[in-house]
Amino acid sequence: MTVADAMFPQAPEPAYVPKDLVIQARKGWIAIDWAEMFRYRELLYFLVWRDVKVRYKQTVLGFAWALLQPLMQSLIAVFIFGTAAGFQKLLPATVPYLLFALAGQIPWQFFSTGLGSGGMSLVNQQHLLTKIYFPRLFLPTGVVGGALVDLLISLSLLVIFMVAYHFSPTYHFTPTWKIVFVPLLIIPAAIATLGMAYALSAITVTYRDFRFLIPFMIQIWMQMSFVMFPRELLLKSPKLSHYEWLLAFNPMYGIIQAFRHFALNMDWNPNHLIIGSTVGVVLCVFGMFYFRKTERRFADIA
Amino acid sequence: MSKPIITAEGLGKAYQLGTKLDRNATLRDAIVHALRSPLKNLRSRIGEPTDEANTFWAIKDVSFEVNEGEVLGLVGRNGAGKSTLLKVLSRITEPTEGKATLRGRVASLLEVGTGFHPELTGRENIYLNGAILGMRKIEIDRKFDQIVEFAEVTKFLDTQVKRYSSGMYVRLAFAVAAHLEPEILIVDEVLAVGDANFQKKCLGKMGDVVKDGRTILFVSHNMDAVASLCSHTLLVQGGRVGERLTPDEGIKQYLALSNEGSQLPLKSKPRIQNKKRPPIFVGLNITGESGHPNVVECGGKVTFEIEVADCDDLKTGAMCGIAVTNDRGARIAFFHTLYHGGFTFKGSNHAKFTCTVPSLPLTPNGYFIELVMADGYGIIEKVERADRLDVVFADVLNTGKIPSNHQGYVVWPAEWEYSGEIEHTRDLAGVL
Repeated sequence: MTVADAMFPQAPEPAYVPKDLVIQARKGWIAIDWAEMFRYRELLYFLVWRDVKVRYKQTVLGFAWALLQPLMQSLIAVFIFGTAAGFQKLLPATVPYLLFALAGQIPWQFFSTGLGSGGMSLVNQQHLLTKIYFPRLFLPTGVVGGALVDLLISLSLLVIFMVAYHFSPTYHFTPTWKIVFVPLLIIPAAIATLGMAYALSAITVTYRDFRFLIPFMIQIWMQMSFVMFPRELLLKSPKLSHYEWLLAFNPMYGIIQAFRHFALNMDWNPNHLIIGSTVGVVLCVFGMFYFRKTERRFADIA
Repeated sequence: MSKPIITAEGLGKAYQLGTKLDRNATLRDAIVHALRSPLKNLRSRIGEPTDEANTFWAIKDVSFEVNEGEVLGLVGRNGAGKSTLLKVLSRITEPTEGKATLRGRVASLLEVGTGFHPELTGRENIYLNGAILGMRKIEIDRKFDQIVEFAEVTKFLDTQVKRYSSGMYVRLAFAVAAHLEPEILIVDEVLAVGDANFQKKCLGKMGDVVKDGRTILFVSHNMDAVASLCSHTLLVQGGRVGERLTPDEGIKQYLALSNEGSQLPLKSKPRIQNKKRPPIFVGLNITGESGHPNVVECGGKVTFEIEVADCDDLKTGAMCGIAVTNDRGARIAFFHTLYHGGFTFKGSNHAKFTCTVPSLPLTPNGYFIELVMADGYGIIEKVERADRLDVVFADVLNTGKIPSNHQGYVVWPAEWEYSGEIEHTRDLAGVL
């Protein structure tokens, strides 16, 4: 330190330098304000945290519900499709139907929560929209973040049953090294889910019809993603297998297929994952911009 | 001098009435609309000028400046556009035209407890609400104890707020907001909550914020709060703002506005009723000894004659009250059939009350008379500004002087003694 420095200490940098905030009417598409979202990042954390905390409040089983929901859904699939319909024989000999169903149900639950709760996130929190300013994108993002926590919890279910079936004399299930890729699939799944949550939440503010449409959409989308039954059903028909590429435009189709490939070593078509993920990215970009475009009217029509 | 911290230039916010938004309010309408008139739809998408007749400008041509450290009070009647202006300035809704520049960190408080979640505990809500209001976690950590202490909820920190009494809820919510440290604070009517004690505390806290040199934009119907906090006022009327005024002048103009319609006969004056029914209070006569209607001398006798009608459905336990309120809405005196007359009564289709007050020792000022009809279950009808009452000077203290309305509400007689040497008595009165 020189003498001059000691004599004239520099004023400490202020922690927050206010930039002039200009409020005026904007037209057309509006850029996404990443800097602002970064400034508010802690709010996003608190919104996710609130979502997780509140969801299982006053329930006896608490977080166990995050496990029970996919488990019960999968058990239904086992009985209806695995046993009654006999689709078990379409699977490789080492893959029990329960693992197969879980590997579909777990990512699907994440996506469908994102669609359902995410789509309603703005309408359900109108009081926030009309009373305070914060980055609006955080509301659907927060809900998807909460669903992500559930997804991570429910992954443990898959691990438990994989271990259990490893010691089963009938299946003696053993995963391959590819299982390490499973967590990576969260990325395309989250992108597609966010995209749908943005677009649906924004459109629901204006058109409340979507309140009724969304559950219906989820139903159809689930069948189109082959969550409960194997794609081998489609492949064994030469006529239908010809059109499988159409399903690939549904991001969840490729993601669930890849999930089953990495976790259970079932056959897959990598192109479906690539096509689906690309569609997911497009959805996400479109969703974000559509959201930004309509967000300035939220407070007026909410 | 540096730039003003808030500059608004020609701000306007328009709402489409009826057609535009409603037209496509449901998906079906949007689809039908798009199919039926594709051209028109296209045109409206390119930005066809909107239908002027159906446009409602909640605010229009609003320009003003606020300098750092000023406390600007926005006063105006309900629906004048105050809240819309605050919403635009706090970025909740976008203006239709014009521009505002805010040079500093803004926090807005349009409602107490925004984002509170009933299922979460007090502790959890402090963090959530703080984050929604724009506080960093570190900041909340630092102020946590102060917030809890201010809200007086230490014992209930880990109780879900849905189990809180409404008073506790509001106290906690305000406490979080009060510990924000923005450069610009935008506040809407939040002081209209909580009990009197807590309101006082909130006003005190706002006063501290002012002393710290922060800028506040403040909407309230509480003229006492406006008078004690604000350094300037803006009168908002029909979506437009007037000149910057001193608080006293602003309040005066606002009150003049709210007195409009005082020429109406009592029968047609706005009133609050517990259910829809024909007016009960239909006539009021105020006579004093001054010889003018509605004018009484300080300390003089005043007689209220009230005519009531259409209330024979009040079978039992009815009560009638007359309140004298000052120009800021505070009640100064209350005369009641049960307290003063010692009776309750049965309603009637036509009856008359006479209430004689032997002495009304109020400081000279303009007052309002409020009439209330109630029974054991609550208020049946209330007319807040039934009539005016002007109290004029009278030498009740025999000194030629009485306190003015700035010094107090009532004039009490008192005896003064002094152990030293008394100079003059009446001679100096003119000088004082």
